[in-house]
Amino acid sequence: MAKLEVKIGKIKLKNPVMAASGTFGYAKEFEKLVNLKHIGAIITKTITLNPRQGNPMPRICETSAGILNAIGLQNEGIDNFLKEKIPYLSKIGTPIIVSISGNNIDEFFILARRLDKIKSISGIELNISCPNINCEGLVAQDTKETHEVVKAVRKITDKTIITKLSPNVTDIVKIARAAENAGSDAVSLVNTFFGMAIDINTRKPKLGNITGGLSGPCIKPIALRMVYEVSKNIDIPVIGIGGIMNANDAIEFMMAGAAAIQVGTANFIEPGVCDKIVKGIEEYLKKHKIEKIEDIAGNLDGNN
Amino acid sequence: MKDTRVKVLSNKKISHVYYKMALDAPYIARTAKPGQFVQIRCNDSFEPLLRRPFSVHRVNGNIEILYETVGSGTEILSNKKEGDKINILGPLGNGFTLPRTTNGEPRAIIIAGGIGAAPLVYLAEELTKKKIKTIVLIGAKTKNLILCEKDFKKATPEVYVSTDDGTYGSQGFVSKLFHKILKTTESKFETIVYVCGPHGMLKCIADICQERKFKCQVSLEEKMACGIGVCLGCAVKTKSGTKLACEDGPVFNASELIW
Ligand SMILES: Cc1cc2nc3c(=O)[nH]c(=O)nc-3n(C[C@H](O)[C@H](O)[C@H](O)COP(=O)(O)OP(=O)(O)OC[C@H]3O[C@@H](n4cnc5c(N)ncnc54)[C@H](O)[C@@H]3O)c2cc1C
Ligand SMILES: Cc1cc2nc3c(=O)[nH]c(=O)nc-3n(C[C@H](O)[C@H](O)[C@H](O)COP(=O)(O)O)c2cc1C
Repeated sequence: MAKLEVKIGKIKLKNPVMAASGTFGYAKEFEKLVNLKHIGAIITKTITLNPRQGNPMPRICETSAGILNAIGLQNEGIDNFLKEKIPYLSKIGTPIIVSISGNNIDEFFILARRLDKIKSISGIELNISCPNINCEGLVAQDTKETHEVVKAVRKITDKTIITKLSPNVTDIVKIARAAENAGSDAVSLVNTFFGMAIDINTRKPKLGNITGGLSGPCIKPIALRMVYEVSKNIDIPVIGIGGIMNANDAIEFMMAGAAAIQVGTANFIEPGVCDKIVKGIEEYLKKHKIEKIEDIAGNLDGNN
Repeated sequence: MKDTRVKVLSNKKISHVYYKMALDAPYIARTAKPGQFVQIRCNDSFEPLLRRPFSVHRVNGNIEILYETVGSGTEILSNKKEGDKINILGPLGNGFTLPRTTNGEPRAIIIAGGIGAAPLVYLAEELTKKKIKTIVLIGAKTKNLILCEKDFKKATPEVYVSTDDGTYGSQGFVSKLFHKILKTTESKFETIVYVCGPHGMLKCIADICQERKFKCQVSLEEKMACGIGVCLGCAVKTKSGTKLACEDGPVFNASELIW
């Protein structure tokens, strides 16, 4: 049997397939649809310090081979998360990585401090696609601000930190380096691409928020290129995300340099897809007589 | 709730833009309640990408869905042939709440607007099975868009029709017919109203019910992606905060909603 284990920071994953934040809820929603124990790690929907109502409807619209979403980080806040979601998550037996986001550095710090105390949480993913209060744009669009957020969280926790990068930047490698230098254990990329769609009959935007984030198969080539560039230029593990629908897509990301991958939109279309991807990777390794998954990571040298 | 690959047993055009598809989905047939829905993957490719939600129209060992062709997904569905296989996830959501009965009380009034008839036939069948006196009002733009009249009549003798253009039944919106029926069929019993149709019609019926202090359950259609409460795409504003059409609904008490 080929070896599928990978290590991200301090977390040992039985395989490189993770469920992406915001597309897998708090895992319970999937308990009847996929074997949660078979997934490498589960990243929970981004939580914030205080509850958030989210954006006006419509929040989702389909585009060619993709979807636009503008959910607006609707969540019940950390108190509710710890009380209502953690007991179930703790029992699954699969590494749980909690995605957090804040309106400022203090909020990231407070969230991380509270999660740090909970043993059953393996890691924290920093969703820095949130507004940067010091200047225009997102935290994830600014090297200095990215550095500050990661540094603050690093100070308070020894748990594995994954910094999730936005693709809406001119040079994603620079942001990845900032996260690495501030002590992030890994980076995950990409979050969604800014996008928009208009209903020409009503002459209105198709999303209540006007613009939203694009995900799904249509973003895969761009995400793949970004994973390739980032993994060549930093030393911490890269987790590939973007339009992964099946094992072939996942393997492609790993060949581009990803140590692990996350599955997002595909969970909506095929709720059992994470399990299927794990099996597909296993079959691929077997077929090509590859002993361990690391042997394909970042390997673009052809078959010989 | 299960995701299963099932066989299309039949797929027939019933009129104009409406189709009825029977699916060999015994698990869903066994477990689905009136008002629940399924998520159907119209295509094995990723175009269209998302599944499409459809109400469980009827169950009898298999399930039936009744659908209108409005875009790419339903167009692809309409071309499915007997024996084709598709993925179907369900049953999903919370359906209609059926009342407890004592001596024929309360009475139920079902109001269907256009394709809104889809989830209501199964409801009518279940209500009458429980010996609840059930009145059905069907509304549509014009005669050939009236749906399920025969099926409703099999469940209950009291079926009334209205068309916006007056080509069949009484003329006007179904809300007008509702007013009329309320006048002619005074009941000393409590009345529960079940309604599915376009948003404006739901609101109009809900307003009448509020005036009359009738309980009213509405089935909402919101754009949704996952159908299982994960993506938070199908938010519905209610008096007790933001709810999800897929998980908390699609059926809501009208008095709970912020219209
Ligand atoms: C709980 C529920 C039950 C439904 N039951 C039925 C039914 O029994 N019969 C029936 O004909 N239709 C039903 N609908 C509406 C049906 O899902 C849409 O007509 C269908 O998704 C349109 O897909 P399309 O690809 O043909 O159209 P497109 O317009 O190409 O679809 C584009 C996108 O918009 C979404 N969408 C379009 N119209 C609607 C709508 N009215 N409601 C929700 N999403 C929509 C689609 O799912 C898709 O993501 C139901 C909707 C919901 C939410
Ligand atoms: C409906 C929806 C909600 C999402 N919510 C979050 C979120 O809360 N936090 C986050 O970091 N990413 C969120 N994402 C982004 C995904 O985790 C992922 O990065 C992105 O969708 C690209 O991957 P995909 O093409 O496989 O979906 C969301 C995506 C979708 C489609």
